[in-house]
Amino acid sequence: MSILYDEAIDGPLATFAKTDVLSDLQQHIPTLTLLHREEDLRPFECDGLAAYRVLPMLVAMPATLDEVQSLLKRCHALGVAVVTRGAGTGLSGGALPLERGVLLVMSRFQHIISIDPDARTARLQPGVRNLAISEAAAPYGLYYAPDPSSQIACSIGGNVAENAGGVHCLKYGLTVHNVMRVDILTVEGEPMTLGADALDAPGFDLLALINGSEGMLGVITEITVKLLPQPEVAKVLMASFDDVEKAGQAVGNIIAAGIIPGGLEMMDKLAIQAAEDFVQAGYPLEAEAILLCELDGVLADVDDDCDTVRGVLEKAGATDIRQARDDAERAVFWSGRKNAFPAVGRLSPDYYCMDGTIPRRELPHVLNDIAALSRESGLRIANVFHAGDGNMHPLILFDANREGELALAEEVGGKILELCVAAGGSITGEHGVGREKINQMCSQFNGDEITLFHAIKAAFDPQGLLNPGKNIPTLARCAEFGAMHVHNNELAHPDIPRF
Amino acid sequence: MTESQITPPNHDIASRLCEQVKEAYQQRAPLRIVGGNTRAFYGRPVDAAPLDVAEHRGIVHYDPVELIVTARAGTPLDELEAVLDDSGQMLGFEPPRFGPQSTLGGAVATGMAGPRRPWAGATRDFVLGTRVITQQGDLLRFGGEVMKNVAGYDMSRLMTGAQGTLGVLADVSLKVLPQPPARASLRLALPLDKALARLAELGRRPLPVTAAVWHDGALCLRLEGGHSSVEATRQELGGEPLEAGFWEALRDLSHRFFHLSPGQALWRLSLPPNTPPLTLGDSQEPVLYDWASCQRFIKTTLDGDTLRRACQAAGGHATCYTPAAAGGAEEPFTPLNPVVEKYHRRLKEQLDTRGIFNPGRLYAAF
Repeated sequence: MSILYDEAIDGPLATFAKTDVLSDLQQHIPTLTLLHREEDLRPFECDGLAAYRVLPMLVAMPATLDEVQSLLKRCHALGVAVVTRGAGTGLSGGALPLERGVLLVMSRFQHIISIDPDARTARLQPGVRNLAISEAAAPYGLYYAPDPSSQIACSIGGNVAENAGGVHCLKYGLTVHNVMRVDILTVEGEPMTLGADALDAPGFDLLALINGSEGMLGVITEITVKLLPQPEVAKVLMASFDDVEKAGQAVGNIIAAGIIPGGLEMMDKLAIQAAEDFVQAGYPLEAEAILLCELDGVLADVDDDCDTVRGVLEKAGATDIRQARDDAERAVFWSGRKNAFPAVGRLSPDYYCMDGTIPRRELPHVLNDIAALSRESGLRIANVFHAGDGNMHPLILFDANREGELALAEEVGGKILELCVAAGGSITGEHGVGREKINQMCSQFNGDEITLFHAIKAAFDPQGLLNPGKNIPTLARCAEFGAMHVHNNELAHPDIPRF
Repeated sequence: MTESQITPPNHDIASRLCEQVKEAYQQRAPLRIVGGNTRAFYGRPVDAAPLDVAEHRGIVHYDPVELIVTARAGTPLDELEAVLDDSGQMLGFEPPRFGPQSTLGGAVATGMAGPRRPWAGATRDFVLGTRVITQQGDLLRFGGEVMKNVAGYDMSRLMTGAQGTLGVLADVSLKVLPQPPARASLRLALPLDKALARLAELGRRPLPVTAAVWHDGALCLRLEGGHSSVEATRQELGGEPLEAGFWEALRDLSHRFFHLSPGQALWRLSLPPNTPPLTLGDSQEPVLYDWASCQRFIKTTLDGDTLRRACQAAGGHATCYTPAAAGGAEEPFTPLNPVVEKYHRRLKEQLDTRGIFNPGRLYAAF
């Protein structure tokens, strides 16, 4: 079933003449940059999920918060939908435009407002790039911990909207764990502060709620993040295994030994070969799986932990263990993992990146089932895995120019996510639901749970004008998709309109 | 009689609780959610029929290798932590307990965290999933037993600290942490200004500090981590060893500082990192600086408005820990900004349409 917006099941959108909306906005907000010609709109037709493209009705590129506020007030008054976009690197289509909506682009807000080295915080505009935060904090010996692989390009506003992760989540947490305060404009254009400069705020934890809310509850205008002291040292071990299951077991054993590595990543044979071919990281081509284990902290502890981890890896049957001699070699070890997506991209005209999470103990059986799906479909699948926290990124290789292959890849992807749910996991660990996994939400949640999500949305945006169609499917979509959990043979709340 | 014989058996009464909630919804009869009833002082009194969740207890699933535990809300914290301790693990947010009957549900519902909070994270940072009884008596599951999960809105973290005003916590899944291999505590005699400057300076270094409190002319630090770093830091900082049980007493508010004189109320001030001592009129009231000065307790006869104005001006807020009946403030929590309050009321109206869940516990208006 297509993920593109379908008013019959995703709910109606108000109809307007584009020219009317354009002239209304031009009249009310004369300073606002508005793009409306097809050739100007074209670059905004998709985000990082490039397989899906929709030309927005209009693109607004405000330069001041007053403009953002005025835009929201006007759109609210008119009943026009608003889709907010940051750097456009999201992989789940969270910023996929609407044909009958305004795309609000926040990328001009790139100012680092302040860094307080004693409080260890940074105040940021939403368009500040993730990596730019750590670069600006570096002179103070501080850094911002969450590091999604798109960190050179992705922006902090989008990181909050998606609750972005990265390779260091097990030890340092996701975005939600590293943000202290978020300022938003509500759908009505009212400014509101969630969280505080203090470590907590009175009332409900709306700060936690806004993290990962995918632009559905408000427009993020400012973020205060927590900065951490840079670890004194980081060391990385690379272990090879002749069997994926042994590598999975080793991951559990490292954690059972009481060690929380800074990063703990696994790659399977196809991913190893692709990465080695691309960046020559010195990966062992004959291995079935490799583990990269990074230990960071105070030098003396890191040395102790390296010894412990080496012992665990040997016992788990690693065929080879190498420790990076210095930071340069450490960067080389990581380069293969950090470039795994583009490396796999060289093996195939197209690939489709999944983002399921599972309890780690389920890894061998989920990998076996993924291999079976690969055999059945004839599509190759490479696996890279944030092994420490159970976040899998299977990459499905396909060729969109071959009739039916995109649909097949999506079908295989959907089945992989359902495997994750069945194993007790989640359809998305860090990329978000967006539009991409809208159907699989119906596998993870039952009708009552989805109804409660709509109630949360209704508290913030009763008319459903902020990013409609993303994150939470309508019950009608779930019924159509056929994956709704049905309890006692009845659909929950039959009295509720089904979209 | 052995311990296991006197401990009530593990018990799943979720379906009975759902029935009770459903009935309350139908009758529009408010409920006061009660576990061990040790945190009643924290928040406004709720005048309603009790919904007793203490019987809903026991660990549902514990997997030390996955670093997760799922337990029913009525599980006593002591019992839960004893089981984690057997596997060399712990709750990272160091929840306070106010008696052996303090439960996991109460700890998560209030979101109170102990001395480790600035370094390890808040209660909600460890909450991975919940099963929640919603207004119509449905038992719904949000989040789960995986570390990363961004599907749907984060209902589990929204429930944390909401004090049962949005639904009933039935089960909670938490991330647990390995206990640190080494631990040391020390006391440095330092005046307040020097202690605060020292904390700011230490905070910029990757040191194994996991608690820092200034009180009565001394800065007390807890170091936890690898043997090598704890020992090196202890030697660098010097000081004297600290009395045993200090951190537990601080966590549970049973340290002698928390004994009030007649007329005094206990307030908690939550302030941004590195906030200088507040000027509170001519007051020379005793203050304890916890959480590297981000959480301060003051024993005072000052009125709430004075305290709140001072905190608000510094970017923080103040909470009264002394119940109104014992001379504390009528409104224990800082009033919300009008826009924020509007969205609180709307959320409450959506998730608790008939106002049956702990009405008035946080604020009179909802």
